[in-house]
Amino acid sequence: MKLQRRALIRSLFTAAAVLAVPRWLFAARPDKAFDEKKADAVLSDLFDGPITESDQVTLKIPDIAENGAVVPVSVSTDLPDVESISVIVDNNPTPLAAMFELSPDSVADISVRIKMGESSVVRTVVKAGGKFYSASKEVKVTIGGCGG
Amino acid sequence: MGSPIKIKAKLKGDVAEVKALMPHPMESGVRVDADTGQPVPKHYIQEVVCKHNGKVVTTAFWGTGVSKDPYMAFSFKNAKAGDKLEISWRDNTGDSSVTEVDLK
Repeated sequence: MKLQRRALIRSLFTAAAVLAVPRWLFAARPDKAFDEKKADAVLSDLFDGPITESDQVTLKIPDIAENGAVVPVSVSTDLPDVESISVIVDNNPTPLAAMFELSPDSVADISVRIKMGESSVVRTVVKAGGKFYSASKEVKVTIGGCGG
Repeated sequence: MGSPIKIKAKLKGDVAEVKALMPHPMESGVRVDADTGQPVPKHYIQEVVCKHNGKVVTTAFWGTGVSKDPYMAFSFKNAKAGDKLEISWRDNTGDSSVTEVDLK
């Protein structure tokens, strides 16, 4: 009897822990989206809702990238409750370069260096409060960065 | 075991500003070896997990479009001197690396 009660208490605690998991539960890597060859397919794989252009999303990337192998990109936003930030290069063989999942402790400001095979639109999509916001920029590449 | 991660973390009030450099070839599978004429197989980091005192603060999922020897920067709140920051990565071959630093 005592053992059963202990098991019951333990299972109740487990249930409580599961229920207490915040919505910022880190998901698995979206492998399919990373394999997609078209930016549109990436967007529909990752974002199940309308994507709104927003001036609250700041995408920093050079207008002209002299070396496509190393293009610095930074994304920041003042939007509250940011859950993820994705970086997509339309003309790359696989457009989805990176997706950052943030936590409530995160400052919504990330930087990474990406490869660009040729001149392309680079876009970022921020998921905040369950909605999707984007910013994009046309980047000219002088020397492509995919052939090596 | 992959190369250690170079981490620079700076505290500004209760915000930790983190810069990380991960030595890694990041082969996209598209590049052709100049000597053999054969494509170099894909070899790239797929996932980077950043933990503050054991709790995940940021996860980065990457494709082949992240540059060689990846650099990333991010920041998080509620940090103080002495806290632990652990960054780890895992690549498509199953290789991994983990580095921990104390915030100061």
